[in-house]
This record gives sequence, C-alpha cells and structure tokens, in this order.
Amino acid sequence: MKKKFVSIMTLMSMLSVAVLSGCGKSNAGAKAGSAGELYVYNWGEYIDESVVEEFEKETGIKVVYDMFETNEEMYPVLEAGGVVYDVVCPSDYMIEKMIQNDMLAEIDFNNVPNIKNIDTKYMDMAKSFDPENKYAVPYTWGTVGILYNTSMVDDEITSWSDLWNPKYQGNILMQDSVRDAFMVGEKLLGYSMNTTDKAELEKVKEKLIEQKPLVQAYVIDQVRDKMIGGEAAIGVIYSGEMLYVQNEVANSGEDFELKYVIPKEGTNLWIDAWVIPKNAKNKENAEKWIDFLNRPEIAKKNFEYITYPTPNKAAFELLDKELQENTALFPTDDMLKNSEVFKYLGDEGDSLYNDLWKEVKGK
Amino acid sequence: MNKDLRKVLAFPYILWMIGFTIIPLSLIFIYGLTDRSGSFTLSNVLSIFAKDHFKALLLSIILSIVSTAICLVMAFPLALTLKSKKLNKGSLIVFIFILPMWMNFLLRTLAWLSLLEKNGIINTILNFLHLPSLNIINTPAAIILGMVYNYLPFMVLPIYNVLEKIDDNTINAARDLGANTMQTLTRVIIPLSIPGIVSGITMVFVPALTTFVISNILGGSKVLLIGNVIEQEFTKGSNWNLGSGLSLVMMIFILISMAFIAKYDKDGEGMSV
Repeated sequence: MKKKFVSIMTLMSMLSVAVLSGCGKSNAGAKAGSAGELYVYNWGEYIDESVVEEFEKETGIKVVYDMFETNEEMYPVLEAGGVVYDVVCPSDYMIEKMIQNDMLAEIDFNNVPNIKNIDTKYMDMAKSFDPENKYAVPYTWGTVGILYNTSMVDDEITSWSDLWNPKYQGNILMQDSVRDAFMVGEKLLGYSMNTTDKAELEKVKEKLIEQKPLVQAYVIDQVRDKMIGGEAAIGVIYSGEMLYVQNEVANSGEDFELKYVIPKEGTNLWIDAWVIPKNAKNKENAEKWIDFLNRPEIAKKNFEYITYPTPNKAAFELLDKELQENTALFPTDDMLKNSEVFKYLGDEGDSLYNDLWKEVKGK
Repeated sequence: MNKDLRKVLAFPYILWMIGFTIIPLSLIFIYGLTDRSGSFTLSNVLSIFAKDHFKALLLSIILSIVSTAICLVMAFPLALTLKSKKLNKGSLIVFIFILPMWMNFLLRTLAWLSLLEKNGIINTILNFLHLPSLNIINTPAAIILGMVYNYLPFMVLPIYNVLEKIDDNTINAARDLGANTMQTLTRVIIPLSIPGIVSGITMVFVPALTTFVISNILGGSKVLLIGNVIEQEFTKGSNWNLGSGLSLVMMIFILISMAFIAKYDKDGEGMSV
C-alpha cells in the first residue's frame, strides 16, 4: 500500500518511463505496439522501470503506464472510465469494493501459469477480499508497524501504546490516512480494525485526540525522510519502506539505527494485487503482464527495487538468506496472529470514519 | 475590426473557456448540488455549518487575514522604495523579487520545511551559535510564514504598479501646498494607491484561504484548514459531492473579492502587472 504525497518523484519517474518506453520502441526485438497496447495503472514508485522495458521488448506490447497516490483517488478515475485501464494494482479493501460494484473481470488463469509461484498462504490471505481467488493476483504484501530511532528511544518498543508515551512528545509521527490512523487506535483498544460500531469509533477518536499533542506531524511518505534525518524518534510506517530507510541511515554514516517492530496488539496486514477491470480492452495482454511479473527472476528484481515484500515464493527462494530471515520484512505466522486485512466498509462506513478523522484533525 | 473577424479570432478563447472553465464549473455545481445517488440536495453546501467544517473555515479566514495583513505591511514600504528609486520594471531589484516565482511553488514550500525542521538548516545554525532553537514547524505560525513568503509578490506587484503611475508632479504639488511627508503619504499617495492595495489584498487573501499544500507541508497536517477538508473529500474520502459542495461555498468568497475589485479598481490598474 504505497502512498505518494509529493508527486515530484512520480512525475519524474513518469517521464522516465515515457522515455524508457520510447527507447523500447526503437530497439525492441519485437516491435513495440506490434502486439497491441497495455494500459497499466499502478502506485507511484511501485515497479522497477527496467521490468516495464523488458516486458515491452519481449512481447512487443506497448505499455502505457500511469500512477496514482491513493486507492480513493484511483477509484473514481476507473469508475468515470475516461481512460480505460487494462490492469490495475489496488489494495485489499478497494478490490473488495470493486468486486461488489461489479467492476472487475475474472482472470483466466490458463494464461497466467506463473500463478503457481505465489505462495498459497497469500492466495488464502487474499480470500478475505476475493473469496474465490477469481479476480486478484497478489503483487506485494506487508504490515504496518512502528519504526524507532535507537539513539532516541531507550525502551523496548512492543506496543501501539508506546505512541502515547508522553516521553516522546513532539517526536511521534502518525500516518495521515484515515484507516491507518484509526487502525492504530482500534488495535490498541482491542477492537477490530473493520469495526463500524459508532460507540467503539468514538472511543478511538477520543484516544487519537488524546494523542494529538504528542504528535509531531501526520505524514504519509515524509515519514521516511523524517526518520532518516533523525527528526522524530518513533513513527508509523509500512514494512515495505523499512529496508530503504535502514539502508539510507547506514549509508549516511549516522550513529543510530532504525528498528521496525510489529506491535503485539496486531496490525494491518495488507495486500496490493493486480486486477483486470471489466471494461479492459486488452485483457490477454493484461494476463501476459501479470504472468510476466510473476516470473521468479522478474519478481526478485522488482522486489529488490521497491523493497515491498513479495508473495512470490519462487522469488523469495532466490533471495539472500539474510533477507529471507528478516522477520520484520517476512514475519512469522505467530507475529501476525492478531492482525487483520482491511475490509471495505461501504460508503456509510467510509463517511463515518472520515467525519471522525476530521474531528481529530480539527482539534 | 469588423465583426466577423472578431468572432473568428475569439473562437479559440471561447473554446478554451468552455472546455476549461464552463464545463468544469458546471460539473462542480452538479456534484455539489447532488448526493451520491444523483438526486438534488443542498446538504453538501450547508455542511459548511457542520462543526468541524465551520471551525476549519474560521481558522482559514483568521490565518489568511493575518498573512494578508503582514504582506500588506511589508509590501507597501517596499513598493514605495522601489518607486522612489525610480526603478523601472526591467530593473534588477524588481527582477530579483520576481525570480523566486519562477521556481515551482511546491518546491519552495518544501524548501521551507527543510529550513524550519527541528534538525533543519536554521536550527543547525542557531545551535552552532548557541542560540535557542526555533520551534515553529507544524504550527499555525509556520503556515503563516509559508503564506506570506509565497504570496508576498502578489501584494507588492499591484501596489508597485499603481504607485509607479502616480505622477511625481502630484506629489510635488502636495508639497508645494504645505503638506509634510506624512500628510503627503496619508492624503495623497495612499488614497491614490487604493486600487493596487485592494487587488493585492484579494490576490493574497483568496489563495491563502483555499490553500491545502502549505498547511500539509508546513503544518504537518496537524492544522485542518478548509482547503484540507476539501482535498480530503476528493483524494481520501472519495466523496466528490461533499468536496464540490464545500468548493461552491469557497466560490462565494471569490465572488466577494471580485466585487471588491470591481468597486475599488475600476480601471483594472492594480491587476495589470
């Protein structure tokens, strides 16, 4: 669940994709475009661009690549249908909403033989939003957890309640997205993160308001730069960002480390998956795309670039042992026992969360 | 010019207006005045009176008024100096003043973030000099700073423009008739520069009122302005109807400003830069 706040990078990568695909056209073995087109809609910075290039070269399909920043921004674009995309990569609860609204086409798995590379564990996980595994092929998965700076935090961080510790006043970074912020409060109070019970949500709201004076800022992608720069002691972050920030700190020569913890109360277990919209014009190409991305070596290359955990078992087996054993990235089942996958709450539920979130932000 | 030719020449502009002003505006009206199922409702517009929205609106108004006032206080003396130096528009000082505007607005605001941060450039320097650090990041003060920095040129240029057009003889005449410097300023220069001041005020106030980028970046998203509420409805809430309804309310403020300009700046003096 990659969130992009400032679109400069997106813009730059968009330009470079355009340039890359331009190059692909001129020197491709199979002439790009000769096998039709493919309209891809993905999160910003969520693919190794050379993978797109390789796909174009090999298949002769011309890829038109667009990016979005949030699921909520992506949905109306698809719904309005101004541009018809062939393959899209939303998150769990948004896929559930799209299935409910009959917007997705069933994938013909005969055209996606590499589906066998995906660990059945993740196909089972995907059943929470795609009960019969008919519509979605997992692309990345992960957790939301706490990242902390070892030089500024001397306690052992284990729980969401550490984000309410007055000791860290002004040094806490929270996620600036409704569901993730509420998830933190819900898990802390022992509720389901898919609750729509008004009384429970009011309590979560109070809890978040209580936390607000301690919070330095509500951020999305900025959490990375702020943690790398030592601006804050403790922040809520996606597990996929962890390797990137840890490497940056190691390379900067600073004398602190950033540690990632999955809180004991459980967390948001998320999956981003490829789906094919019902109105797609190039469904077969979309299936070729999904199949291509699930080749072990391609999935590995992609993982190394975006560092979001891959559900591809064959790719996982190609990784260094050190990475395979990194439980912050690939947690054990035991570490995930209290975690849940987001469900779509309906327009009513969404509005309820939004209104309460505005109350928190307006305090 | 004959009438037919004029029609032909106006055609591209009319097409532009229809495509990029009239159709989008109509869409905002349609979304703003309907609910999710598409039936007519005023609830999106009236929701401005909901507690959180109204509070965000009030806070936006307060921050915008403060920023506009600071801009005015800074811009008027600057414009006077520029005039008294007999600088023309091509001069270096005016050029330097406009130069930052060539850089992207977002980048300039992000630059302030790295300046103001706890371990930012300003605090590193202050710490080096053993001075107390500056802690305004993620507060309304940082938002006001961002607004003043970004919108100051919009205040200076219209005022400078009007001042430049005041004939020196008018000022000399006031002096000849016995007015001292203060009287010349308050009874001749300021009244004559009202059109520029009014344009400047609206050109700062309106964008400051509706900003969401500055409050997101420099306010750490801890300060909810009406622009943030609208942005949230579009990008996170998927509720275009409510977002459009609130946008319609903001349009009322723009209309009020336009009415002000029409009243005080009849010849559009302040607007031509």
